[in-house]
Amino acid sequence: MTKQLMRGSHVIGEAATRAGCRFYAGYPITPQNELPEYMSRRFGKLDDAIFIQAESEIAAMNMVMGASMTGIRAMTSSSSPGISLKQEAISYMAGMELPAVVVNVMRGGPGLGNIAPSQQDYFQATRGGGHGGYRTIVLAPYSGQELVSLTIKAFDLADAYLSPVVLLGDGLMGQMMEPVVFPEPIDPSKLPKREWILDGAKGRDTRLIASLHLDPIEMEQFNWKLARKYGAICEREPQHESYHLDDAVLGVVAFGTAARIALGAVNRAREAGFKVGLFRPITLWPFPEKELRDLTRTVKHLLVFEMNSGQMVEDVKISVGEQATVDFHGRPGGVISTPHEIANVMTKLIYRYELDSE
Amino acid sequence: MAKQVFKKPEALKDNIYHYCPGCGHSIIHRLVAEVLGELGIREKTVGVPPAGCAVLAYNYLDVDMGEAPHGRAIAVATGIKRARPDLVVFTYQGDGDIAAIGTAETIHAANRGERLTSIFVNNGVYGMTGGQMAPTTLIGQTTTTTPFGRAPLRDGYPLDLSQMLAVARGSVYIERTAVTSPKNVIKTKKAIKKAFQVQMDNLGFALVEILSQCPTNWKVSPVESCRHVEEEVVKSYPLGVIKDTTPKNK
Repeated sequence: MTKQLMRGSHVIGEAATRAGCRFYAGYPITPQNELPEYMSRRFGKLDDAIFIQAESEIAAMNMVMGASMTGIRAMTSSSSPGISLKQEAISYMAGMELPAVVVNVMRGGPGLGNIAPSQQDYFQATRGGGHGGYRTIVLAPYSGQELVSLTIKAFDLADAYLSPVVLLGDGLMGQMMEPVVFPEPIDPSKLPKREWILDGAKGRDTRLIASLHLDPIEMEQFNWKLARKYGAICEREPQHESYHLDDAVLGVVAFGTAARIALGAVNRAREAGFKVGLFRPITLWPFPEKELRDLTRTVKHLLVFEMNSGQMVEDVKISVGEQATVDFHGRPGGVISTPHEIANVMTKLIYRYELDSE
Repeated sequence: MAKQVFKKPEALKDNIYHYCPGCGHSIIHRLVAEVLGELGIREKTVGVPPAGCAVLAYNYLDVDMGEAPHGRAIAVATGIKRARPDLVVFTYQGDGDIAAIGTAETIHAANRGERLTSIFVNNGVYGMTGGQMAPTTLIGQTTTTTPFGRAPLRDGYPLDLSQMLAVARGSVYIERTAVTSPKNVIKTKKAIKKAFQVQMDNLGFALVEILSQCPTNWKVSPVESCRHVEEEVVKSYPLGVIKDTTPKNK
């Protein structure tokens, strides 16, 4: 296993290819253009892979939908406004129970926003994003190596739950170069055969992939089926990582790039003698609710740090209820905090709650 | 025992059409089914129906089918066909679907020369939603959203999508037909067959625009609706081959 230095967006592309992805459709939008560019080069050299630069974000997502109907592992990527355009098709795919991986390299605000690293789309990603009350699994990588593992995991989860899966990053994740190690590639022809794909009804009954249920009873049954699936996902799939929380009096909760910065802040505060730690949700939906609630048996004060004006903090509050104080620090707009800034916020809270004497 | 001279095509399910009396969809469904049978491709065909009256086309056509959001059928079909070039993929779309909300997808698929067959049913209104103005609605035509008739300065002009698609270099075969008479039905079937053949020969994008009648929303009798197509609609949408760059002797 050789280490190689690679840009984050290229890492996603390579990991997807090794995960057996053989269909990519996308549309140019900053800050994720390096990913479709990588896919066009990588897939251009493979006999069994398809790259399409679509005429629009909408078309790209619908092409992914069509490809997914044939059972091929398919991916698209975009950035906030483009993801909004894709939501119609993502909703259809949730309703048709079709797998796909959607990469969102988030921008800095509503509308056109900006291209600086931000976490403004937490709500959109974790609440489904489009119409009809569906959910998508949301994975939030915080390092180059995790871009590898979570991209591959995204394809596995999409297949396991027949659902679109969102890989949620930002410009910093996409641009940053880090050493990474890739696993051996999967041979897509070795992936399990699906019984639901459209491939021409040769010697079998014809199949239909649709999200239309005109009969209310049938629609209700289908919505309950989805709800049960989402329940199973919440039961089995929450993932998080803890750092220095065993003896902590204050825990920072942060994901993605914010968690990377927060970890630096925690290390800095530890060096100064403060007992602080980090709780990092890796799955944003399902949110690791139970794991966070369990933490409040020992950690009674939480600081949520996000690169937005406060979105995940709602899930944190729902998770811990009255079991811990929840403070928030945010930088909404693409400003990248320093570990020093976050360490200062932690220090203030430690003095406010008089935790330094514990 | 009597000799059977007429039967249901294999690609047609045994369901009763939900379409209104006099609607063209039932005829066009049957023609598609007959062509799939005659070309022997039913077991390698995937269809993509639209949103609109034909949203339930899968209740009638006995082939693998995948639904698409309104207007996106050709993009979905592109994904299917690119992933599985060995399959025969067609879309079945109305004028609102293909010529309004799905214009971009359609033009770019034609321009890329996607190996797809598109059945474009043009009846000049949004039928399923109750007869609103479509991009194809004739000047002066009354609809539920043009109660005083379509006025170009307010509502724009009838859009000739097929002509626009003919300009795209990736389109190979585009023909406009009607289903108002036995003669027109036979011509339509021939055109549909050729549009599938173009795809099977890997030549490029093929589309048949079929002028259909909507007696319900036009508020006329089925017979009167056919007369209207033959005497009025064809003035804005003349029948015939619009583009054919297939090699000769096909």
